[in-house]
Amino acid sequence: MNELQNQPRENWNSRIGVILAVMGSAVGLGNFLRFPGQVIQHGGGTFMIPYICAFLLLGIPIAWSEWAMGRRGGRLGYNSPPGIFRAVTGKDSGAFLGLFPVITPVMIYMYYVCVEGWCLGYAIYYLFGRSPGGAEDGVEATGQFFSQFAGATGNGTLFEAGATSPTLWFIIACFVLNFFLIYRGLTKGIEWFCKLAMPALFVCAVIILLRVLTLTPEATGGEHTVTEGLGFMWNPVQPGTSFWETLGDSSVWLAAAGQVFFSTSVAFGLIVTYASYVRSDDDVALSSLTAASGNGFCEVALGGLMIVPAAFMFLGPAFRETSGTFSAGFQALPYVFEQMAYGDLFGFIFFFLLFLAAVTSSLSMLQPAIALFEEGLGLKRRASVTLLGFITAVGASFVAYFSKGMFALDTFDFWAAQVFVLMMAIAQVILFGWVLNFKEGIEEIKRGAEMKLPRILPFVLRYITPVYLIAVFVLWIYQNLISPKEGSRIAALTEGTGLYCLYFILGIIAFFSLIIAQSITRWRKKEAQQ
Amino acid sequence: MTQAGWIIMSLAVGGMTFLAGWCTLKVIFTPSASEHLHSQADEPPDVHDEDE
Repeated sequence: MNELQNQPRENWNSRIGVILAVMGSAVGLGNFLRFPGQVIQHGGGTFMIPYICAFLLLGIPIAWSEWAMGRRGGRLGYNSPPGIFRAVTGKDSGAFLGLFPVITPVMIYMYYVCVEGWCLGYAIYYLFGRSPGGAEDGVEATGQFFSQFAGATGNGTLFEAGATSPTLWFIIACFVLNFFLIYRGLTKGIEWFCKLAMPALFVCAVIILLRVLTLTPEATGGEHTVTEGLGFMWNPVQPGTSFWETLGDSSVWLAAAGQVFFSTSVAFGLIVTYASYVRSDDDVALSSLTAASGNGFCEVALGGLMIVPAAFMFLGPAFRETSGTFSAGFQALPYVFEQMAYGDLFGFIFFFLLFLAAVTSSLSMLQPAIALFEEGLGLKRRASVTLLGFITAVGASFVAYFSKGMFALDTFDFWAAQVFVLMMAIAQVILFGWVLNFKEGIEEIKRGAEMKLPRILPFVLRYITPVYLIAVFVLWIYQNLISPKEGSRIAALTEGTGLYCLYFILGIIAFFSLIIAQSITRWRKKEAQQ
Repeated sequence: MTQAGWIIMSLAVGGMTFLAGWCTLKVIFTPSASEHLHSQADEPPDVHDEDE
């Protein structure tokens, strides 16, 4: 494989910039809304044991391997996942390993931008003193408002109102913002925004955290203290279960692994793409660990201390019923802010925090496909942004239209953020540990490293991580496909809206497969000329 | 909140905070870090180009 180092390429402007960009891609709604819900649904404090195991044995090792493969691919002249995997494997067929890392973030973007629009909408409502849902009527009222706001009451309801639908305008505003930043490029778009947004996000989170931890029963008008709220989340023995019973439940280990994957963005194709813009002598070991631990800090230390205690103090143990990702954020918390002194202010800060977290994540989802269009098809920035804009606009409209019960959103999330990611993680780990030269891979992580890597890392990456991942995958297949609790996911794709989703997903896979095939032809010609 | 709850919360929150803090300080204070500031191309190569 020829090295294409003489081509003009983009690089990160600063080390802090790349760390904040990777951290921004990881810090998202999963940290502040999904994580607390997962903890209280899976055994409280006991959940942290499988969570920490997954963080140390899956999250960090896979992130290190991705950073190393990404930087090596970048050194060989490629920035898109197909180009990077083709370069590091030295085979044309290797490019197809980059298929899922391109389509996964694109598919996630299609629904993520809708959620981003909800966050922006709620932030603006609070800013102008219009609490969403008239929460004085109870948590059911905020739930009803959210269902209508998100179009969950029926397919096409967001489009029936046409130009008067505020939700659509909020989604369009987020869509335009993302593509404007992507068009400005790596340093002037993504890096610039993350350098502003991440510190702002931390400030917002700390303000909310301080407000929550200083709440008193007198202020909430209830009988629960903040300590009881913390106990509701962190006590290892939850009502009806024992510590060992929870620890022996395979679904808890699966949920913990899923949370680490969803949260750290490993195997999404984002890290490998961002790392390809790092220079060949730059450290990746410390940068990777900093990004992962920064994400973990946001999740455990900020997300883990703010949502549940606040909601518990106002709602009591009934909060468990609304602790899902969306119901916690858009149903329970608006009720909490309605009851709280200066609720509009804190509501605005909280949803603005979610909005910032969502934008820094969604930005990163566009870069792998943009890089593929540019280096695989030879498109200029404007053309590649336009093409991806068209594809994602169609996808986001699809998700926004088929919004009844959030079916399309949920289906895209299931297949992209769970199935494709797990499959890609296994493929990547086996590639790094068993197909490529493993010693060279470890040396690649150590190259320019500004920290000492654990001696056990090669053993973990070669044996523990693949076995752990395969066990998780087998368990996941059993729970979700063979013996599903909530109806078969595959059967759901055979009729009605599910069938449209299936056609859409297959269409995306076919389209990007063709693009990759065309890119291989182009790269071959280019290499033959050199 | 039980004693075990306090212990788990302190370990989880303290551990993540320590790790993130250690990494951040190391990034900031490692002497060679400043040498890693690069700007080979401060903007996309074609951002001012007209698409053909």
